[in-house]
Amino acid sequence: MITGILFFDVMAVLVISTSIGMLVSRNAVYSALFLVLNFASVAVLYVTLGAPFIAMAQVTVYAGAIMILFLFVIMLLGAERLEGESTIRGQRLFGGLLAVILLGELTWMAVFQSGLSPAALTMPASDFAGPTQIGLTLFNTYLLPFEVTSFILLVAIIGAIILTKTDNIGKRIIRPGKD
Amino acid sequence: MLNDYLPIIILLVLATVLGFLVLIIGALFGPRRPTQRKAAPYESGMIPYGPGTRRISVRYYLVAVLFILFDIETVFFLPWAVVFRQLGWFALIEMLVFIGILLIGFVYVWKKGALEWE
Repeated sequence: MITGILFFDVMAVLVISTSIGMLVSRNAVYSALFLVLNFASVAVLYVTLGAPFIAMAQVTVYAGAIMILFLFVIMLLGAERLEGESTIRGQRLFGGLLAVILLGELTWMAVFQSGLSPAALTMPASDFAGPTQIGLTLFNTYLLPFEVTSFILLVAIIGAIILTKTDNIGKRIIRPGKD
Repeated sequence: MLNDYLPIIILLVLATVLGFLVLIIGALFGPRRPTQRKAAPYESGMIPYGPGTRRISVRYYLVAVLFILFDIETVFFLPWAVVFRQLGWFALIEMLVFIGILLIGFVYVWKKGALEWE
């Protein structure tokens, strides 16, 4: 119990410090690498919550594939370095204010609404959200959302093609006799 | 519960230690006599010219996006495969519908020539 809480504390510090590191870094590539660390430590939190499948998906899909895409965009655009201080006026003040409000809300929820009962701190069973549980829930209760997911992926595929396949259309206009 | 993950933690620690060890050994014992030629950015042995960043085709991005989309598709296979014997035919048909819809996308990608690299 105590080791569990201690472990959670260490992971929480890691999660928060990597997210701050991501925000503070002046080099976008460093930010992306901090985000990888953040995803990895959140994956560890998922494991402690008894959701190993979500943790693995977090590592392979988020820390793997999506981070590749982020680095791609950063490097393709050559946006590694932030250009000085070009913020909107009062942006920092407004952001800080919103952060304080959010923190207050969360504290209020945690302390006054839930009462921080010890039952909230007990860890769920290790197969609480294992692949078996997820599979059974996905194919029984959430069948329609699952099928809708495939349509969303289809729309994304078509969107990606339409957004990026402009160069071929241009070529066809320039050289009509080459077909 | 977390004891099951002990090998992964050992692997992580070993990998981190090894990484730092290589850096430390290199810093301690490696000679450092930089010349202008050695410090120049390496470009296949040719003399570098022009800026390091140039415009890159948007196709790389398309490939990355398509990879992620089909990656997410495969993520759904694992929970299905785990409970396949429990759910049987119904889940198989559901999965075939799922794959069928994405197969339309795959055929579209193929027909559009997005998988070809001229």
